[in-house]
Amino acid sequence: MKVQAMAHFSAFSLLRNALTGHKHWPAQWPDALPKAEYDVIIVGAGGHGLAAAYYLAKEHGITNVAVIEKGWLGGGNTGRNTTIVRSNYLYDESARLYDHAIDLWDGLSQDLNYNVMFSQRGVMMLAHTVHDVQSFQRHIHSNRLNGVDNTWVTPQQAKEICPPLNISTDARYPVLGAAWQQRAGTARHDAVAWGYARAAAARGVDIVQNCPVTAIRRGPDGAVEGVETAKGFIKAKKVAVSAAGHTSVIMETAGVRLPLESFPLQALVSEPVKPIFPCVVMSNTVHAYISQSDKGELVIGSGTDQYTSYSQRGGLPLIEHTVAAICEMFPVFRRMRMLRKWGGIVDVTPDRSAILGKTPVQGLYVNCGWGTGGFKVTPGAGHTLAHTIARDDPHPINAPFTLERFTTGRLIDEAAAAAVAH
Amino acid sequence: MLLIHCPYCEATLPELEFTYAGEAHIARPADPSTMSDEQWRDFLFIRTNARGPHFERWRHAHGCGRFFNAVRDTVSDKFLLTYKAGEPKPESLPE
Ligand SMILES: Cc1cc2nc3c(=O)[nH]c(=O)nc-3n(C[C@H](O)[C@H](O)[C@H](O)COP(=O)(O)OP(=O)(O)OC[C@H]3O[C@@H](n4cnc5c(N)ncnc54)[C@H](O)[C@@H]3O)c2cc1C
Ligand SMILES: [Zn+2]
Repeated sequence: MKVQAMAHFSAFSLLRNALTGHKHWPAQWPDALPKAEYDVIIVGAGGHGLAAAYYLAKEHGITNVAVIEKGWLGGGNTGRNTTIVRSNYLYDESARLYDHAIDLWDGLSQDLNYNVMFSQRGVMMLAHTVHDVQSFQRHIHSNRLNGVDNTWVTPQQAKEICPPLNISTDARYPVLGAAWQQRAGTARHDAVAWGYARAAAARGVDIVQNCPVTAIRRGPDGAVEGVETAKGFIKAKKVAVSAAGHTSVIMETAGVRLPLESFPLQALVSEPVKPIFPCVVMSNTVHAYISQSDKGELVIGSGTDQYTSYSQRGGLPLIEHTVAAICEMFPVFRRMRMLRKWGGIVDVTPDRSAILGKTPVQGLYVNCGWGTGGFKVTPGAGHTLAHTIARDDPHPINAPFTLERFTTGRLIDEAAAAAVAH
Repeated sequence: MLLIHCPYCEATLPELEFTYAGEAHIARPADPSTMSDEQWRDFLFIRTNARGPHFERWRHAHGCGRFFNAVRDTVSDKFLLTYKAGEPKPESLPE
């Protein structure tokens, strides 16, 4: 196994570098040029692809791996998302997968020797209508049966947890209660991508940036032979596509059509202010969610734009709608200035559950369909994707998330269950 | 904000007046009972998700209320063409 020297981060190394003016930190990972052949190629250096490469090396001893990225690593949805991490999904299959991810989040900073700033500050989902109350309580019961923590709180309790919340009864959509998941929270998105990249590179994985994959090449027997890229053909018997909003475009070149549509999802941040917002609050009915980053910015988002697009922009009407919802729930923020907004392209499946597993093509694997909510599952998706690639057989946790379910009808219908929430 | 031309009202109006209604020219199966599971999958779930010109349906919800078809470039979000529901899929597109 080729292992590159990697500076170990510790209080001591921080102190030593502080004393020398932080001028001697080494590069965290080398920018690799592609070799002619790898055992495994992963298309897309988002959190998921990088995590898969890391676990391939760490848990399966497969280190002759390249992660090929068209832009810069973490520059897709991983670096654009609002970082909510929770696991209170309705169905058994989802509960197992997202909770597996939370278990991995728990020790991730130590495992990677990289502070991913996982903060279990709690996520609150507000109920504003009788329907919300019933559906959230159903979620809570189902979560408890699955051993996933989630509790019902009254409006007064919600206000105690989150003082800026408006619980007055004359609000347009008064708060009738909320589902509260204490283990949930946020993490630093860039650090997740960088931490996995650094740890994977240290175990010998090549990370090739600025290199779009233009097609997947298949041999006469139909099996995967490698990928065509802007830097030439690269051979590999196993290729995994983990390219979020662009997955269907790439898979089409291998003759695999996916039940995916790509939509812009936007977010925005305010100017930074002192700590005022202690947790994450989301509302499906008023349609917005909010948290405060450790830098002090309010981080705000809502649902996707209505039309499919690859433009990574999205329209202003949606931002206006989102900000109106935030002002309704938190009148205290009415005079807050917003700093910037952006969009990412999210890949949405008909049942709002991911597709993670094998494909009809020998040697071709896919991880996609995470839509508006796949950051939270980054460690879990990477971990189970690595298992699927290494063994050519899915891990029991991702086994239900097949492509075949759209033929058999055995859907994992979080679409009806989760509405817009991330 | 997108500006969308309604072929019925013959006016170019802001996105806010319209709702998106998914990919166009997907015909309901004529003889459902003979369809295989794979054909049902394709009809119900598989979409082109085109990167580039995309044939799609829109509804002028806050105007005449009618459905129509459009071709929009999903990279630039520019509308290339709109035409009435029921008209054939255009064979060539304007630049
Ligand atoms: C505004 C916004 C807010 C969100 N909020 C949340 C949230 O609060 N919580 C949550 O859990 N999730 C959230 N999400 C969703 C989450 O960001 C994604 O599900 C997750 O980051 C997907 O990770 P990924 O690694 O699969 O994709 P990405 O990080 O997008 O990585 C895919 C990579 O593939 C690359 N690629 C594409 N085409 C090619 C090609 N042809 N060749 C080579 N490389 C290619 C891309 O450049 C990209 O870097 C949000 C998303 C957005 C956009
Ligand atoms: Zn009209």
